Amino acid sequence: MSRIKQVFADLERQGKKALIPYITAGDPQKDATVPMMHALVDAGADIIELGVPFSDPMADGPTIQLACERALVHNTSLHDVLAMVAEFRKTNSNTPIVLMGYLNPVERMGYETFAAAAVEAGVDGVLMVDLPPEEAVDVEGFFKTRDLDMIYLIAPTTKDERIERIGQAGSGYVYYVSLKGVTGSKALDVDDVARNLERIRKYVSIPVGVGFGINTGETAAAVSKVCDGVIVGSAIVNLIAENADNANAAQEAVSALVGSMRTALDA
Amino acid sequence: MSTNNPFDLDLPDARGHFGIHGGRFVSETLSAALDELETTYKKLREDADFQAAFDKDLAHYVGRPSPLYLAERLTAHCGGAQIYLKREDLNHTGAHKINNTIGQALLAKFMGKKKIIAETGAGQHGVASATVAARFGLECKVFMGSTDVERQKLNVYRMKLLGAEVEAVQSGTKTLKDAMNEAMRHWVTHVDDTFYIIGTAAGPHPYPMLVRDFQSVIGREVQRQSVEQFGRQPDALVACVGGGSNAIGLFHPYIRYPEVAMYGVEAGGLGLDGNDHAAPLSKGRPGVLHGNRTYLMEDENGQIMGTHSISAGLDYPGVGPEHSWLKDVGRAHYVAATDDEALDAFHKLTQLEGIMPALESSHAVAYAMRLAATMKPDQVIVVNLSGRGDKDIHTIATLDGVTA
Repeated sequence: MSRIKQVFADLERQGKKALIPYITAGDPQKDATVPMMHALVDAGADIIELGVPFSDPMADGPTIQLACERALVHNTSLHDVLAMVAEFRKTNSNTPIVLMGYLNPVERMGYETFAAAAVEAGVDGVLMVDLPPEEAVDVEGFFKTRDLDMIYLIAPTTKDERIERIGQAGSGYVYYVSLKGVTGSKALDVDDVARNLERIRKYVSIPVGVGFGINTGETAAAVSKVCDGVIVGSAIVNLIAENADNANAAQEAVSALVGSMRTALDA
Repeated sequence: MSTNNPFDLDLPDARGHFGIHGGRFVSETLSAALDELETTYKKLREDADFQAAFDKDLAHYVGRPSPLYLAERLTAHCGGAQIYLKREDLNHTGAHKINNTIGQALLAKFMGKKKIIAETGAGQHGVASATVAARFGLECKVFMGSTDVERQKLNVYRMKLLGAEVEAVQSGTKTLKDAMNEAMRHWVTHVDDTFYIIGTAAGPHPYPMLVRDFQSVIGREVQRQSVEQFGRQPDALVACVGGGSNAIGLFHPYIRYPEVAMYGVEAGGLGLDGNDHAAPLSKGRPGVLHGNRTYLMEDENGQIMGTHSISAGLDYPGVGPEHSWLKDVGRAHYVAATDDEALDAFHKLTQLEGIMPALESSHAVAYAMRLAATMKPDQVIVVNLSGRGDKDIHTIATLDGVTA
């Protein structure tokens, strides 16, 4: 059983929901990332989405754009990100890692080379924002044969027949984008998410995580009632940005936020 | 369907691919909007009312057909093939951009969208979008890198006079590619009531197809005018390539005429040996950016590189996917002209013909002059003079050390 599947199975047994924080690798320094990953786990993270920085993050709001820019000042590459995962795996063999980012760095490395290196490093899943299932048909074999989960997005505007297709193409979990917008947007409408989740559940049998606009324990808890996991990105990345010159302070602030979300989710 | 047939005019295929290029590499948040656009466009493409409305505005608003003009003194100066200029610079707003914005604004109208957005580099597409917004009574917002806003104040003012709102984009390199990122982000957020008018034959399917279709009026007119004026088709076509919309508009109707050579001229900047250019077809490799696979300027880690060209309209790290395919199958040749060659061509055309070309189009003129000298006097080159140079006078004056 894949690590991601195992985590969701364990949580379901305990009646809990997954907490999935996102950070951008190499933000603000390369050597800050692995300690931050361990801090996320200690604060209650079940799965980590590790962002691969890209020069043109088209689907992201200002918070994650700036995180990419900070990481790229030091040329944080896909090779570096894989090395970070391998480093993390030396002391953590349980927490699933999902690489999230844009296609071009993978395209440049080569799909097969990347898939093999990702498995070798200890990556569990990949979410390439600009690779929808239609375009993935030519390359998904490289990932599937290595049991790397392919995580796809579903949007509020996604039609039923596409939801069904995405549900079949994806594995691990699907990522429901809670609103029309980019990452870091403000108001998430819990009732609207609940209605769409009901629609998604008809076609998707794997777990559904919800992200975009979740920035407090309260919202996380409310959203978690209707899904299997909550994904928190910009709220965490903002704390990293505010403490860019002090790694300890950043870890403390992020741990406090993630810890409060854990408490709210489990209450 | 085979995508290896170089004369296959049915491309893109059903998934929007031109060979390995093109496609729809976007976040799921844009899929529904692109599906809707594709479905609507495929219907309207065959719709007589839509085509009649388009043709009417091309004739009476844009002023088409644009002349095909034999540049006799330039021809004599080069001493070889006859050089004809396709005068897109004489269109309303001074460039080929308006052909596309009229088409897409009509699409927006037929789709019931009241707001349009656009990205712009130098401001030409922004002005063309603001113009059609005024013409059709649509709300218009233009995204422009803050560096370009500073460099192109006059066009910013033009857009504002036309009633558009100009948003200065602060992210990344603060130029055209970042303006496009920001326009996409805005579109995702306001997808219900907003139509995104992309300015070049690039981006996710169906944009490269529909922009090409709207610009193909250029090549179709040249086919007719060539027969009228010299009784046959030209031997060579030359056009500048940034995103490549003016070039694909000229080239596309000629794809199945193998005897007509096609030359796309990229921005050579300070020279192709370094990184200070904008020539992905000459020096880049295929990758994925802005929703399509195409030749890109990228570093060894797949990060998109900053580009350089004297001409803001060519200053883009990617290129339309149909050009990438035409390169791969060998149907079109892609070459480059440097900043200095373009400037020289600007002055030559101005002095010999009394026509001031845009710096973008000057790249095409520069290569055509080189090419003409290698050809015979009974041969014909058609150059797409895609825009007029008024907007560049300040740049050229500064380079020449003239202060107004």
